[in-house]
Order: sequence, then structure tokens, then C-alpha cells
Amino acid sequence: MIEFSTPKPIQQLQTVVETVAVNMMRPVSREMDENEHAIPWDFINFMHTAIKSMGGTSMVPDSKNGDKKAEEKKEKRPPIGYQRLAFLVEMLSWGDAGMYLCIPGGMLGSAAVAAAGTPEQKKRFLSRFMGEKPVFDAMAMTEPQAGSDTSAIRATAVLDEETNEWVLNGEKIFVTAGQKALEESNGFCVIWATIDPEAGRAGMRSFVVEADTPGCKVTKQEHKLGIRVSDTVSIHLQDCRVPFENILGSPTVEKTTKGFKGAMATFDATRPIIASQAVGIARATVELVKEKLAENGIEIRYGLPRQKLTNIEREVIDMEVMLRAAWLLTIKALWMADNQIHNPKEASMSKVYAGDIVVKITQKAVELLGPLGYSRELLLEKWFRDAKITDLYEGTGQINRLVVARNMLGYRGSQLR
Amino acid sequence: MYSFQPSEEQQMLVDAIKRYAVDDLRAAARDADEEGQLPPELIEKGWELGYLQASIPEDYTGFGERSAVTGVLAAEEMAYGDLSGALAVMTPGLFTTPILLAGTEEQKAEFIPPVIEMEWKPFTAALMEHRLDFDPNDLETVAEGDGDVYVLTGEKTYVPYADAAETFLVYAALDGATQGFIVPGDAEGLEVGERQKLLGLNALPLYPLKLESVRVPKANRLGGDAGHDMAPIMAASNVALAAMAIGVSQAALDYSIEYAKDREVFGVKVAQKQAIAFLIAEMGTTIEAIRLLVWEAAWMIDQGMEEAFKRAYLALSGAIDTAMMVTDRAVQILGGHGYIREHPVEMWMRNGRGFATFSGLAMV
Ligand SMILES: Cc1cc2nc3c(=O)[nH]c(=O)nc-3n(C[C@H](O)[C@H](O)[C@H](O)COP(=O)(O)OP(=O)(O)OC[C@H]3O[C@@H](n4cnc5c(N)ncnc54)[C@H](O)[C@@H]3O)c2cc1C
Repeated sequence: MIEFSTPKPIQQLQTVVETVAVNMMRPVSREMDENEHAIPWDFINFMHTAIKSMGGTSMVPDSKNGDKKAEEKKEKRPPIGYQRLAFLVEMLSWGDAGMYLCIPGGMLGSAAVAAAGTPEQKKRFLSRFMGEKPVFDAMAMTEPQAGSDTSAIRATAVLDEETNEWVLNGEKIFVTAGQKALEESNGFCVIWATIDPEAGRAGMRSFVVEADTPGCKVTKQEHKLGIRVSDTVSIHLQDCRVPFENILGSPTVEKTTKGFKGAMATFDATRPIIASQAVGIARATVELVKEKLAENGIEIRYGLPRQKLTNIEREVIDMEVMLRAAWLLTIKALWMADNQIHNPKEASMSKVYAGDIVVKITQKAVELLGPLGYSRELLLEKWFRDAKITDLYEGTGQINRLVVARNMLGYRGSQLR
Repeated sequence: MYSFQPSEEQQMLVDAIKRYAVDDLRAAARDADEEGQLPPELIEKGWELGYLQASIPEDYTGFGERSAVTGVLAAEEMAYGDLSGALAVMTPGLFTTPILLAGTEEQKAEFIPPVIEMEWKPFTAALMEHRLDFDPNDLETVAEGDGDVYVLTGEKTYVPYADAAETFLVYAALDGATQGFIVPGDAEGLEVGERQKLLGLNALPLYPLKLESVRVPKANRLGGDAGHDMAPIMAASNVALAAMAIGVSQAALDYSIEYAKDREVFGVKVAQKQAIAFLIAEMGTTIEAIRLLVWEAAWMIDQGMEEAFKRAYLALSGAIDTAMMVTDRAVQILGGHGYIREHPVEMWMRNGRGFATFSGLAMV
């Protein structure tokens, strides 16, 4: 049955999260943007307490043994863990897309552990999020010479057989929440490195590096166009030793690219989550535009044929079309993830589309509101700056187009690069 | 809950329609477009798939319930084959669906069974008017009460099968509000003009229709004395057209993919060039996005949500742009060959441009 209703438990959650967005995020949004490297502790502490009181470890649903089974047993309902997360992220990003990235325990690091970790690893690394203090996680793939082309990473991991430790060396950049994960809390960063530089993608593995591990140092905080409240750091690894058990996935190089494919598979869930972030910003923008137009007595006359609409009406209608369509693509991709239907095409589609439309919508909105739109009085100009990140990280628009195209055309990477 | 899985019944219907659309409609489409007509057996075969019959309750000799969701699934598949053929097969719905949605009990019992029980017959409707600022909610054709009749005066355009119509549903402004009137094909004062020649839809016979003081009994006003709201009828048209725009787009996309994977340039397949592959990725992404928008609007109609009317309008708005973007790109992907009438993409581009215009030409 084709259906489009928001599940009850999600509706309730949405109301709660909206309150958070309105009261805890929007009021400090501007201030945090203007003080680039300040950390929004009030918000973080509040969220930490809230997440704990709801009984969650982190925002990431545990696809293998958590969420799904519990849900099915309890109420025999279809799983909605990822869909719930999408609603959450959409609403939080509606509040402030940068502050959303500051929420403890819900980032790409825990997603990687949840997706690829053994039960022991999950326990060891994820239980810390339930503690007294907020704890953060991060994921470091990107290097100065390797962004989109993740197979070009050079960081190495060598097993010291005497101590049974992995020794990591290399340079990571653009690590979201790296500072909070490694310096401001007892968190961890999942770091990608190769265990066999000759093996290409087959040699790539990820390692959990905990805060205060000697040899792992945060060396730089970036200054950015938007999402300024979220720290983006460089990490220098110099003979950084981690226990053997900190490797995610198999410790030996097989002649397959399973490890790498594992990393790519987490994208099938995380890309639509970034799309949700884009949709949240886009919705905030469309609502603000309509509110300002209404204040100026401009009403959108839905139902008129196009040749009778004003330009402003056309623009707003287009925005509403794109906004809703982006959301539906996103929720479909995650509905597939929840139901364990293979979704790389749909995941990338959602990110291509949402990344595009949030950029278009915010850019157009600044134009439509004239001097108001361009001014820092409103948050709109900030949303314009924030929006662009969704078209860049977790695969740029181009990389996601490649993924979509390959899936549609039945091509391998070598046939369409 | 969200779910994107059609029911088994819906899937069976969709599969049957798709077979017909590809094997029959598509196969006949080029000749039909060139010759300006569709073979009657072709239309009859589509009619016998029973989509419309299945959306009419048993009380009126059908065998189902109306579901806009099923309707958009069916309409998309029909249009995937050929838009002219799909609109032809669906033409009787222009008459029955508004009656089902807004008619009185008597009107339903009197006017629906003769359409549904028989082979395909030209029952049709007249909404559009020939002017650039045509607006379904601001018609120039007027209806005026005169004793126990309404007198209809005005000119309609793009009326399918008007030349042979058994009965029309004619829309006219009554005290400024658009209302439907059931008008027998042989009513006095009705004048069917010369068949219209258009940019596309060449196979579908469309005519102007002049009404000169056409008198119909008051009982023929859709919804009786109380009349009716136009919004649900426009929503039924908007989602139908939107779904068909997606069907045309999907056809153009599939054709481009097949071509691009076959054609070689500079030693590789055209599809291996990013400039083309990215066009294809965007076409596929947009089609899927807007398709979901159409499904949701249809679902909202079925749920009886007030917001559904606006959503149906938004869905059509998105689908209009999608059809134009996708069909244009399909021609581009075939290069000069796309411009030649041996391939269907130029026809789809011509048909694709029409969705902003085809107000009321399809209903689900
Ligand atoms: C604020 C921020 C936070 C980030 N957070 C993280 C994080 O937490 N962890 C992490 O590992 N990384 C993170 N990143 C890195 C981000 O994922 C990369 O910046 C992104 O993948 C692009 O890589 P790049 O910047 O090296 O661009 P490049 O790969 O150099 O790309 C340059 C341009 O070329 C295009 N391009 C590249 N390859 C192709 C191709 N095959 N075909 C067509 N076009 C192509 C790209 O689309 C882009 O337009 C973050 C980045 C930012 C800005």
C-alpha cells in the first residue's frame, strides 16, 4: 500500500524537537555564527540530558541488533529507525544546521561503528555516550590530496606484532567535530587508513582512535563560509598507537574491496541524512519567505494557470514543489534502508536533489527579499551560507550524480569515472 | 507510516497497462501521430483493461472504488506508451469522474452506467477556452438560469472527440463560479468546429465547440440545484496530467539510456561521457522526486484532505517542468538523430510541452 502519513511516534518526537529548535537553537543561531570557534555548551548539555532521558545512546539507529528487533517484537510494526532520524535531523537543521552537527554522539563516527563494528566494539565505543558528560564522535577520511577520490588516501596503519597495536601515520583534514571528539570530551574519531598501500581499495580500513591517544593531534580549525558553529579540523597522526581490537572489519587484506564497500554502504544511510539536513534548511527558508511576503500583503494564488501568476508567485510555488519533492525522495531512500532494500541509487538521488534545491532556494530567497534578504538582521543570509555544505560533503553533487548515473546505466566505476 | 510499495492489485493493473502501453500504444504511436488518428480497435483494447470501470462502484455498474493513487499509477503507465493514445482511452473518464465526484445520486445512476457498461464511446468534456489567459476558475462561457433550464453560451476549445460525442460535460460560469452541465451531443445550438491542429497530440481528435444559447434542463447541472465545488475536479485533473507527464518523461528517459549505451563517440559509449551521464542522472532523479510528489497528492485526495487540492496543483507544476526538461534532454542525448521523426523523442518533446496547457484533458 502506498502511504504518506507520518508515524505517530515520530509525530510526537517532532513536536518535542520543534520546541528545542525554536527555544534552544534559533535564539542563539546568530550569536554562534558570529563567534566562530565558540562551543554552544548550553545547547549541547541540554541535548545530552534529553537524549539520555529518552534512553538513547546516540541518534544513530543500530540496524543490526538494536532498534529493529525491539520495535518488531514490541508492536509488530515496520522498522522506522532511519526515517525517525531523518525527521529529527530535518527539524534540528530547520533550527540551525550547524548546531545540529554539535549534538553529542550522533555523527559519522558512531554511524561507522554501528554499521561495521562487532558487538564488543559497539559496547566499548558507543556506551560512552550514556555517561555523565556529553561525548562526541567524528570520522576522518579526507586528506589534503584525497577528497572525492577516497581511494587516494595515504594515511597508513601498520601492525606492530610485538605489542599487537596498530601504528597510524598521516594527515587528515576537514574532520567535522574532531575537536570536540578528541579534545573536548572522551570521544573518538574513526580514522581511515591503508594497511597495504599496494592493495588500493582492498587495503583500506577504519580504526577507532580515542581521545587522548598519544600521536593523534588536532592541528587546525578551519574558518568557513557557513555552519561556523561546527568545528572542522585537521588531524595529524604521528606514530599513533591503538589496540589491535580498534580496527573495524577484517584485519587482513583479502583480494576484495569489502572493507571499502563497507564504508560506501554507510553512505546509503548517511547521504539521505545529509539530504534531510538540506531539507530542514530549505523549509526554514521557504517558511520565512512566505511569512515576509504575507507581511507585505503578497498572497500566493495557488490554482491559477501559470500565465496568470506573478513572478514571485512562480518562484514560491517552485520552491514548495522542490522542497516537498526533496523530502519525499529522502524519506523513500530511508524507508528502503529501514526495510533493508538495497538503496545506493535512491540514497544518492536524495542527496543530489536536496543539495541542489536547498542551494537554489536559499539563493533565490536572498534575492527575493531584497535588502532584507541580504542583511544579517535575518537568519536568511546565514542559511544561504549553511546550505552549500550539503552539496559538498558526504560526496559532492558530482560524485553523487556519478553514483546515480552508474546505477541507472548499469556501469561500474571503471566505465564511468 | 510511509510506504512506497503499490498493493498487489495495483501492481497487477500497472503491469497489464504497461504491456498494453508498450506493445500496442507505443507500437502504433508514430503512425497515429503522422496520420492524425488512432485505430478504434487500439482504443477499445485499452478500454477493456478496465481501469475506469474498476474505479466506479457496483451501484453504477462498475466493479470497484475510485482511488486517485491507483489512478495516477495507471495514468503514468498509459502515457508511458503514448500520450495521445492514453488520453483517447481515458476520454470517457472526463465525463464520468466529475459526475462520480460531484453529481447527485440521480445523475450518477442515469449518466454513468451507459458509459461503463458499453464498449468505448466518445463521452467527453469541454473545459478550456481559446485565449491566452484561460483560467478554469474564470470562464467566459456563461450559464444563465431561465425558468427550469440553463442557457449556455460561449466557445470551448480542445474538446476530445467532440465531432462524435454522445454527451458532453460542459463547464460554464454560473454567477461567476465554474459549474459543470451535462449536455446531450445533439443539443440545439451546439456547433463543433474544424478539427484543431496543434504542436503535439496529433493523433487525438480535438475540436472547438461553440454553444449558442444551448438550453439544458436544470436537473443537468452537475450536483443539482446546489451545484458543486470545482476544486476536487481540478485536483483529479491535475494529478492525472502530472502522472502522465511523468509517464512521458520516463519513456523519454528510458529511450535515451538505451540509445546512449549503444551509440559510440570518440571510442566510448555516449553514456560514458559525464556530460551525458549527468544529464541522465538528473533526469532520473527529478522524475523520481516529482513522481513521489504526484503519489502523495493522490494519496491526500484519497484521504479527503483539504490540503490535497493545493498539493495536486503543486504536483502538476513540478511535472510540467519535469516533462519539458526531460523530453528536451532526450532529444539532446540523441543529437541530430533526436530531431528526426524516425525516433519518438521529438514527438515526446512536442507532447511534453503541452502539460501546462492541457487543463481538464485527463481525470483520475
Ligand atoms: C565543512 C566540512 C566538513 C567536512 N566534514 C568531513 C568529515 O567529517 N570527514 C571527512 O572525511 N571529510 C569531511 N569533509 C570533506 C568533504 O567530504 C570533501 O571536501 C568532499 O568530499 C570533496 O573533496 P575535496 O574537497 O577534496 O574536493 P575534490 O575531490 O578535489 O573535488 C573538486 C571538484 O571536482 C569534482 N570532482 C571530483 N571528482 C570528480 C569526478 N570523478 N567527476 C566529476 N567531478 C569530480 C568535485 O565534485 C568538486 O566539484 C568535510 C568538508 C567540509 C567543507
